[in-house]
Amino acid sequence: MALLVSYSLRNLLARRMTTVLTAGGMALVVFVFAAALMLAEGLRSTLVQTGTPGNALVLRKGSKSEIESVVERGVASLVETRSEIARDADGSALAASEVVVLINLAKRGTGEASNVMLRGIGQKSLALRPQVRLVSGRMPRFGSSEIVAGEGVARRFKGAGLGEKLRFGMREWTVVGIFDAGATGFNSEIWGDVDQFMNAFRRNAYTLLLVRLVSEDSLGAFRNGVEADPRLKLDVKAEAVFYAEQSEMMAKFLKILGVSLTAIFSIGAMIGAMITMHAAVAGRVGEIGTLRALGFPRRSILTAFVLEALFLGLLGGAVGLLAASGLQLFTISTMNFQTFSELAFGFSLTPGIVILSLAFGTGMGLLGGLIPALRAARIKIVDALRAV
Amino acid sequence: MTGQDAPGGSGPAIDIRSVCKSYTRGQQTVPVLQNVSFHIAKGEFVALMGPSGSGKSTLLNLIAGIDRVDSGSIFVSGADITTLSESELARWRSRSVGFIFQFYNLIPVLTALENVELPLLLTPLSARERRKHAEAALALVGLADRMDHKPSELSGGQQQRTAIARAIVTDPDILVADEPTGDLDRVSAGEILDLMAGLSESLNKTIVMVTHDPRAAQRAHLVRSLEKGLLIDAGNGAEGGNGNADAPLHS
Ligand SMILES: Nc1ncnc2c1ncn2[C@@H]1O[C@H](COP(=O)(O)OP(=O)(O)O)[C@@H](O)[C@H]1O
Ligand SMILES: [Mg+2]
Repeated sequence: MALLVSYSLRNLLARRMTTVLTAGGMALVVFVFAAALMLAEGLRSTLVQTGTPGNALVLRKGSKSEIESVVERGVASLVETRSEIARDADGSALAASEVVVLINLAKRGTGEASNVMLRGIGQKSLALRPQVRLVSGRMPRFGSSEIVAGEGVARRFKGAGLGEKLRFGMREWTVVGIFDAGATGFNSEIWGDVDQFMNAFRRNAYTLLLVRLVSEDSLGAFRNGVEADPRLKLDVKAEAVFYAEQSEMMAKFLKILGVSLTAIFSIGAMIGAMITMHAAVAGRVGEIGTLRALGFPRRSILTAFVLEALFLGLLGGAVGLLAASGLQLFTISTMNFQTFSELAFGFSLTPGIVILSLAFGTGMGLLGGLIPALRAARIKIVDALRAV
Repeated sequence: MTGQDAPGGSGPAIDIRSVCKSYTRGQQTVPVLQNVSFHIAKGEFVALMGPSGSGKSTLLNLIAGIDRVDSGSIFVSGADITTLSESELARWRSRSVGFIFQFYNLIPVLTALENVELPLLLTPLSARERRKHAEAALALVGLADRMDHKPSELSGGQQQRTAIARAIVTDPDILVADEPTGDLDRVSAGEILDLMAGLSESLNKTIVMVTHDPRAAQRAHLVRSLEKGLLIDAGNGAEGGNGNADAPLHS
């Protein structure tokens, strides 16, 4: 068996150029395959992390996204009195009324304009979002034209860096801090005092109310209470669920795109593998005849060629995966067409994706090699020997 | 079918009875062997001669169990190999037949030692025993110092000697050789023939060798000739489909 394995391996080495080209083709497919999965995974984890368990969002009835929502000041204070909301030491509700506004900013480098989400935050907003962490500068003083930018925004947009100034809402704003919100959607936002933003954009209603519930189990009671009140006309959603829903379409789109790309590529690679294996068989018909004459059963010949194809697929899979793992260094930013704002997220490699990609590579090699291997094992010995 | 007449033999090692074989090419059937019968005693070294296309290789392939007769039977060491199934035949070949080819047919990616070890993979021997046997076989053909060379690093004569080592490493009953010197220069060919004659004498191997080189045939104990699929008595050229008369030539 060891000799058979090394026979297969050495045949691949002997045809180094063909091996490299074929494995390269397969590597490309596995790369696309893994990249698509990593992207979908990256998006998924970003949006799942954007919500905090135990938090609930209160929005206008029927709002599919934050920007559609409007919550009147009076309505917000009314909701804040509900008993399902957790309280601070001083007895005040752990709740923040926020306003969300889309603005247009120019990107660094190209100067191309893109939508960025502004979030006017309240005193409690930061406490309600533990995943948001200041990395440089300080938080804005309430009552001033100071803002903080998410890392993703600071990096990609003109004037959004620490100490720089931005113009919007007919005022000039100073970036006094940069925050890191991990792999969440907040990383692509700019935050400032909710009252200042409402003034600047002449809004007199909030967009949403964010609350921390006494416990995760209180969500049902809180929702029933709020949604049952006909004066309020509000929806209650778990924060995590809401953000996941925000990008459902996007994730679906990415997955479909990735899968169809992979399908097209892998057909090509499979044909390539088959041509290579066919050539490998054609070039070694005499060898096959010799081995069979020596008494090796058809099964052994089949095994040797299938092994060869498997090695080829595994090699391609490993190389493709290695290249794809390098993608983790990159961040993708794209327009989330459900929220019309930029969303930055990374490629995320999980053990499941590693296994899936390697299996995909070997499966491709196996499929490509099986038909030629079957053919190799079927040749009549005397016919095969004539090919020496 | 009797005749215990070969030197050094104790009974027919190979007994061919009324073998017919034809190939179909498109619509027409080409008869290659027509009712061929003869036997080879144990330890005999037989040369099969005849013009090109007369069916020498076909006959050799049938004896070696890599092709099937249309009718007739072939007994090797008492057993009729024409009744064996495909896999039984493969197992029988691995134990009982040593192959020597015109173009050596070594596996190019394996070393000389690994090539010789190859047939032993089909035996229950341990890796260490396999290696020991392979080394011994290579030493026997005078290639003890070339074990780790790839076939491409060996001369034609050395490659054929490696192939002979591979053929004898399982200690088979019969050796079949199809033009073993056909691709070699005169000196190397002489060495290979010496080696084969030696195997027949010292190890009492039954050898069937197809050749059209008269010098090669000279080294054999017996010469049989085929012409248009019929066995010719080599001594006088008379047609002899029954092949009962073994006529030693150039003894
Ligand atoms: N596999 C085959 N298919 C068709 N014809 C064959 C095949 N093998 C041999 N022949 C034909 O059978 C005849 C004898 O071939 P062969 O035994 O190789 O002759 P020799 O070895 O004496 O030169 C030739 O006419 C050859 O063309
Ligand atoms: Mg021939």
